[in-house]
Amino acid sequence: MNAIEAIEQGQLTERPAMRSGDTVRVHVKVREGDKERVQVFEGVVIGQKRGGARASFTVRKVSFGQGVERIFPLHSPVIDRIEVVRSARVRRAKLYYLRALRGKAARLRERKPKSRA
Amino acid sequence: MVTGIIGKKVGMTQLFDESGRVRPATVIKAGPCVVVQAKTATHDGYEAVQLGLVEERPARVTKPIAGHFKKADLPPTRILREVAQVPGEEPVKPGDQVLVSMFAGGERVDVIGTSRGKGFQGVMKRHGFSGGRASHGSMFHRAPGSIGASSYPSRVIKGMRGPGRMGGKRVTVRSLQVVRVDEDNHLLIVQGAVPGAPGSYVIVRKAVAARSVPVVEEAPPKKGKR
Repeated sequence: MNAIEAIEQGQLTERPAMRSGDTVRVHVKVREGDKERVQVFEGVVIGQKRGGARASFTVRKVSFGQGVERIFPLHSPVIDRIEVVRSARVRRAKLYYLRALRGKAARLRERKPKSRA
Repeated sequence: MVTGIIGKKVGMTQLFDESGRVRPATVIKAGPCVVVQAKTATHDGYEAVQLGLVEERPARVTKPIAGHFKKADLPPTRILREVAQVPGEEPVKPGDQVLVSMFAGGERVDVIGTSRGKGFQGVMKRHGFSGGRASHGSMFHRAPGSIGASSYPSRVIKGMRGPGRMGGKRVTVRSLQVVRVDEDNHLLIVQGAVPGAPGSYVIVRKAVAARSVPVVEEAPPKKGKR
């Protein structure tokens, strides 16, 4: 293990296994003044970037008709926890094509949990 | 005590700070170093301390260099660099160790290294010229433009910026913040980037122009009538 991996090791946190197409609820800690509360961002994982402590993932949701995407650092201490709500069968790793689709066309076919090893 | 240490750039990563924000960080393997020679004003004309970086890879030395290390009674090192001595302190002597523990987290340091060679580059990349328009029939794209007047002075004035070799030069990055010091593994983590590619050698010294920690002052009362 090299020096950089050793340093990143200390930053890693326990996160559930996710795949592109999964619908997740990301519990984000939000600071307002000196108060802290948890906000939930729920949407579809449309891409993941690996890389130890530098890993990140992108969540897309449609909020009041407006597409919203957030890129979270996977091991960010701002993330309280991540819940995987449902999984979908998708045929590619990056679901950027969802950005061009609206409503019914943007649906994903559900994948049964047993297929996960 | 000396003001600096020799290090090797290991690479970059990112760290989360206390507020959860991602900060860029560079990992430097700094030291262990040994003092090879203490230069004095009377003997050498200036005060300095020559450090050698102790590494696993043995040094290949010529006879003159071998003699130089024999004088200090030390095994030869591949890398030698000079740093200054902290004024007003007991002078260091050959054989003294210099370790990364000379720095503490939160401190400011300067990092000196050789920047990555970029080869022969044009004026836009090398000097930041704005260049010309790319489209709409523009026939002026990345050229430097005028480099001076005509019959007077009939020459290009010295120092005119032009294309040429870029990078591969000594670069100093000032006042980087030390994020963490790992004394056991001789590692120094600074916030931000340092010159050179991973594996290149750098000098890390105490910042010469460190900004003092900002003190919150009470706002002076506003001038004018009440």
